[in-house]
Amino acid sequence: MSTHASTDAQHGHAAHDPHLAHHFEDRAQQDEAHSLGLWVFLATEIMFFGGLFLAFTVYHVLFPDAFGLASSRLSVDWGVINTIVLLFSSFTMAMAVHSAQKGHQKRLIGYMVVTVICAFGFMGIKSIEWSEKFEHHLVPGPNFEFVLDDPHLAKSGHALTAEQMESALARDPNVERHAQMFFVIYFCLTGLHGVHVLIGIGVIIWMIIRAGRGEFSSRWSTPIELTGLYWHLVDVIWIYLFPLIYLIHRH
Amino acid sequence: MSSIDAPNPYQTQTRPQSQEAVFPLVNYLNKTGGWKSWLLTADHKRIAVLYLITTTLSFLIGGLAAALVRLELLTPQGDLLSADGYNKAFSAHGIVMVFMFLVPAVPAVLGNFLVPLMLGAKDLAFPKINLLSWYLYMIGSALCIYAIIAGGVDTGWTFYTPYSTTTNTNVISAAVGVFIIGFSSIFTGFNFIITVHKMRAPGLTWFRLPLFIWSIYATSLIMILGTPVIGITVLMVAVERLIHLGVFDPAFGGDPLLFQHLFWFYSHPAVYIMILPGFGIISELIPCFARRNIFGYSFIAMSSLAIAMVGFFVWGHHLFVSGQSPYAGVVFSALSFVIGIPTAIKVFNWTATLYKGSISFETPMLFALFFIGLFLVGGMTGLFLAAVGLDVHVHDTYFVVAHFHYVMVGGMMLAYMGGVHFWFPKISGRMYPEFLGRISAITIFIGFNVTFFPQFVMGYMGMPRQYHEYVSEYQVYHVLSTAGASVLGLGFMMPIVYLTYAWFFGPVAGPNPYRATGLEWQTSSPPVTENFLEIPVVSVGPYEYSQFKEDDEVVHSR
Repeated sequence: MSTHASTDAQHGHAAHDPHLAHHFEDRAQQDEAHSLGLWVFLATEIMFFGGLFLAFTVYHVLFPDAFGLASSRLSVDWGVINTIVLLFSSFTMAMAVHSAQKGHQKRLIGYMVVTVICAFGFMGIKSIEWSEKFEHHLVPGPNFEFVLDDPHLAKSGHALTAEQMESALARDPNVERHAQMFFVIYFCLTGLHGVHVLIGIGVIIWMIIRAGRGEFSSRWSTPIELTGLYWHLVDVIWIYLFPLIYLIHRH
Repeated sequence: MSSIDAPNPYQTQTRPQSQEAVFPLVNYLNKTGGWKSWLLTADHKRIAVLYLITTTLSFLIGGLAAALVRLELLTPQGDLLSADGYNKAFSAHGIVMVFMFLVPAVPAVLGNFLVPLMLGAKDLAFPKINLLSWYLYMIGSALCIYAIIAGGVDTGWTFYTPYSTTTNTNVISAAVGVFIIGFSSIFTGFNFIITVHKMRAPGLTWFRLPLFIWSIYATSLIMILGTPVIGITVLMVAVERLIHLGVFDPAFGGDPLLFQHLFWFYSHPAVYIMILPGFGIISELIPCFARRNIFGYSFIAMSSLAIAMVGFFVWGHHLFVSGQSPYAGVVFSALSFVIGIPTAIKVFNWTATLYKGSISFETPMLFALFFIGLFLVGGMTGLFLAAVGLDVHVHDTYFVVAHFHYVMVGGMMLAYMGGVHFWFPKISGRMYPEFLGRISAITIFIGFNVTFFPQFVMGYMGMPRQYHEYVSEYQVYHVLSTAGASVLGLGFMMPIVYLTYAWFFGPVAGPNPYRATGLEWQTSSPPVTENFLEIPVVSVGPYEYSQFKEDDEVVHSR
């Protein structure tokens, strides 16, 4: 009773091509459908992040001083390192796809392992950054505390001059309160991006397991290619996030 | 069955044909049995049936809330419901009808069933994602229903901030429900786009696609590009409620207008998600029951895409009085007029198709003709509302309510009813009772007009929407409206009863009871699980009704 149409059909086709689902005519059609599917999914993802990017842009226009000052509390060093880590992981992922297409099983697994390590590295650095924000009371909520003459700034040599503080307050008397908006959207954006990284880690580990079972060959590497596309999207979103939230005031 | 014995050649065609009308022994409905074979199915036709059952339930729930609203408005005093209760009733009506019925109804029921059949494919490109979309729909709907039962939501279906972030009702579970239903809708649209691109039968070029497919394709574009935005927006509302600091809260520098922009960036295109598939159904029904090739095929096809595209740039007409810049208002007003053009192209082409056609008035055709009339009223009053000056006058009145219902009920619901009747023989393998069908179509048409036409009048006179008490001058219109709603409710209950009966006991329909063109009529009714025993090869356009001429004459002489 539990067998249903698709499993029946899959067994029927197993004789000639185990990777061809029953409802496709041939492998070319299936591969094209899968890759177009992922591109359409990427369009959806961009619109999903788009709402937050729009919110960021609107509030940045409304409160340029607050967003500039708040942005300067982020650690550009960690941001740069993370960008490099993620870009490198995108490179290793591209190499993994290449190896899969060439049929190099060991290299495929090796590159994907490096990609996962980079992804964990990225999340590790992200959590260091987030916990710094937590210690500095920059997490929005009842404990949020943003003052212009913050002692942490003095320690790191980034303290504002009295004139800078005065002019910021003159332009926007609520600058300290409006800075919270920056951090609300900062946590939403980096949080949502982080969720995507975590999903990516899960998918790549799954692919490593499947590659370990010898499922992929030079004739069949579609799942690896799709994983690669997804991972590049995660990377591209970060490429937009990084200048937007870290470098915005440094011009 | 047909009660009319006029010697119309087409009439006789709708009867089960004694030679062909054999119920296929093995079909998608009975190939495998047991509840597991349904709940774990990857067959697009079974998923369509699951959606049919669940969206009908949603429609009943939403209708029940509407009945409460109409009953309360029978008298000027608030005697049935408290003000809070009334707010929760109309919110429940809006949330259930919009997110749980109107958005998924045509795409997920008829689209799921028909897209692969019309394309000559065995299934959608991603059958498991299709099943997942139904489960997401069920989970999201369950959350919305929970929100409504456990205390209710009183924000209306629009969740406007700052009210939605401060009211002490169940906004979070409703918002998360809407978020999840949104993903179900994204997956449906996603599946359709890939299927239309990659799984057409040999010879089925883009301009041989049925117009229903063009409409569904345009709808899917809106689904995948618009829905993520409402997803992130309601998520921000939920976050704001959870941690009490606001993306949209003015106390923290937030801008409630930003919410309205984000909300309508999806929700205005979303009304095209609701109505475009309806256009597609009408484009199938009119040629079939006028026995003519559709007039202006490529114009109808392209106007669907134009509506999908322009539809993304008109959202600001919901913000004319919200504090949006008046210059933006002028631009949005002009763009809203522009979208009337592709819509009018469709209506002109449908009526041109009727010209010199051999028209017969089967139930689906009745619904289609009523659709054209009612949608015309709904569409034209939409132009009233697109004019900034007039909109300031009728904003937030029953005029807007009437306009919306003329488009959504008079338009989309009638098209859906027409489509459900038209493809019922294909879905179930059996005919619906023609006489009862016509009675129900006429009942719905009369009930609908009596319900909503008075709302135009009282709206124009100044009756505001969302009030549970009103001054007694408006009572006569409200009484008319409530009386009409009872007739309308009866009209909608009839098909639920007779279609359920016909599903099991109706006369066997045969593969093509209407002598319609289209690949879906070339396979058995109900189809086999793989849809076609042999993948069809297409060599002509979708509405070659001239091919039936000889057959019709033969039957006529009989």
